Amino acid sequence: MTETSQPNAPKPAAAGGSRAAMKKELPERFKSYKHVWVFIEIERGQVHPVSFELLGEGRKLADKLGAELAGVVLGAPGGVETAVAECFAYGADLAYVIADSILANYRNEPFARGLTNLVDTYKPEILLLGATNLGRDLAGSVATTLLTGLTADCTELDVDADASLAATRPTFGGSLLCTIYTLNYRPQMATVRPRVMAMPERQERPIGRVITHSLGLVEDDIVTKILGFLPDRDATKANLAYADIVVAGGLGLGAVENFQLVKGLARALGGDYGCSRPVVQKGWLPAERQIGQTGKTIRPKLYIAAGISGAIQHRVGVEGADLIVAINTDRNAPIFDFAHIGIVADAVRLLPALTEGVTRRFSPHTRDRLAG
Amino acid sequence: MHIVVCIKQVPDSAQIRVHPVTNTIMRQGVPTIINPYDLFAIEEALRLRDAHGGSVTLVSMGPPNAEDTLRKALAFGADRAVLLTDRYFAGSDTLATSFALASAIAKIGATYGAPDIVFTGKQTIDGDTAQVGPGIAKRLGLLQLTYVSRIASVDPEARLIEVERRAEGGIQQLRTQLPCLVTMLEGSNTIRRGTMADALKAARAQVVIWTAAEAGIEELTKCGLRGSPTVVKRVFAPGSRAEKARMIDPGTSARDTADALLDAIFAAQGALEADVAAAQASL
Repeated sequence: MTETSQPNAPKPAAAGGSRAAMKKELPERFKSYKHVWVFIEIERGQVHPVSFELLGEGRKLADKLGAELAGVVLGAPGGVETAVAECFAYGADLAYVIADSILANYRNEPFARGLTNLVDTYKPEILLLGATNLGRDLAGSVATTLLTGLTADCTELDVDADASLAATRPTFGGSLLCTIYTLNYRPQMATVRPRVMAMPERQERPIGRVITHSLGLVEDDIVTKILGFLPDRDATKANLAYADIVVAGGLGLGAVENFQLVKGLARALGGDYGCSRPVVQKGWLPAERQIGQTGKTIRPKLYIAAGISGAIQHRVGVEGADLIVAINTDRNAPIFDFAHIGIVADAVRLLPALTEGVTRRFSPHTRDRLAG
Repeated sequence: MHIVVCIKQVPDSAQIRVHPVTNTIMRQGVPTIINPYDLFAIEEALRLRDAHGGSVTLVSMGPPNAEDTLRKALAFGADRAVLLTDRYFAGSDTLATSFALASAIAKIGATYGAPDIVFTGKQTIDGDTAQVGPGIAKRLGLLQLTYVSRIASVDPEARLIEVERRAEGGIQQLRTQLPCLVTMLEGSNTIRRGTMADALKAARAQVVIWTAAEAGIEELTKCGLRGSPTVVKRVFAPGSRAEKARMIDPGTSARDTADALLDAIFAAQGALEADVAAAQASL
């Protein structure tokens, strides 16, 4: 293998290749590291849904390990209370909290310091963060300070027979998957993108154990200052990941004009629209419409993929959909390997017919006319 | 100002193919390119140099042939390029990569002047981790500004920088002190076409090539496979779903085909009918 600098990409295993051969005894200083932590991301007063998704996943890991699940909340006094309550509602056994007005809005310096101090003090074996801009900014700093392993954008997390975290993620630009371990360092850190894991059920539960910790910084210690925040005007941008119905198009649509057909069907169904990566690379649609490993991950009730071949990097972004419908002229396209319903057809002809069919079925105007 | 830009040579992912039988990457003949996200970092560095004077140094860690990539990047108008290449770096994960690059940047600082700003792209298109930038910042003790969509101002005298940073639901406006590390967001600028003079200069330029020892790295245990806490156990292609897709037969007209498909969709997801009816009513 000639890779010299590929972050987190496959690299040669030690001679012999088996994990037993690679694994040394966990160093003594890491043996006291126990339990599973989820960093709870608060964005302007709201807990980011990815944190709940991670609590759901962390619960499964903790149960397999016979360990406890903790939510880790950093924020301003008055802002952390709701987040702490939500940790328990989503299955945490305890919460670690740093409440300080310095933490009212995200900045790398105080958040990295606070989280690193918590890890050094309470020693978790697994630490999960959302792969959002905030989570990635923070995770990269904290893992480097702790000199431990960090696996980005995991699509699957599991605990293997000897209690190590097995973190699976796409590699080589999304053409293959790989499973990565952090064998001899703790904590084992991983980030997961929003919507990759299922949203667990919320259950009203009393607030349990809360361990508070102090930040130990004053505002003057922090160099970076927040001057302002400009909210996005186009609120729909953020909705694609959480839409119940999504229609997306790929290069198979042949021309940028044909995305009107995708948007038309999405509108008729009351859903949102997106596209595959090559469509963004061609400049047909902006990057925020991209669905897949390097774009948005979606978990809609219905996903219609029109003229999308189904490369792995796209697949990992849509596999959580309840129902995947594929329309493609190539009956051997990989998308038919993971779609639930498939049809070999030209999407450019079928999409307008579907839009019309939806209208015929559901529009009150059409129905009235038919009834009359 | 002295500005350092970290770049990476990556395989052109659009042309990566997976062997259908062995599930391994077929590397032969896959062309390499400058990581596309790095172009935004290069352009921003050149703009700051043009506005404030000084120089831009490119640095990359990679195989010996990454020299070509650095030379191509020099043609945009950077002043010098350093390639960090050594078998000790083979198998580096993000932690080991950030160690090697931070060491090289420290050596670059000692040789050509301490950098005021270190730039990286948002992430690479092969690893896609976005971890190396923050790793370098932490190791060099630099303040870190990630996902920067715009540099509003730089004041080299007052040692201040103001940026706009992409956050969830909006743009965060931040001010911090130099030196710092900035990761640039895609679309934040458009890479210039280098001048003919820059192209000629790049063709003649000597890319500085450092081994680990020449970069001043003594702790080889922090490099490459040995310096990487993560271990890749398995590389694989996902299998097909156990249950094959239910294929709908196309009808004689697009209308019949559409109706058959909608019947199948709502038979599987009947609960959606009310939602769609509501959406139709609101149109």
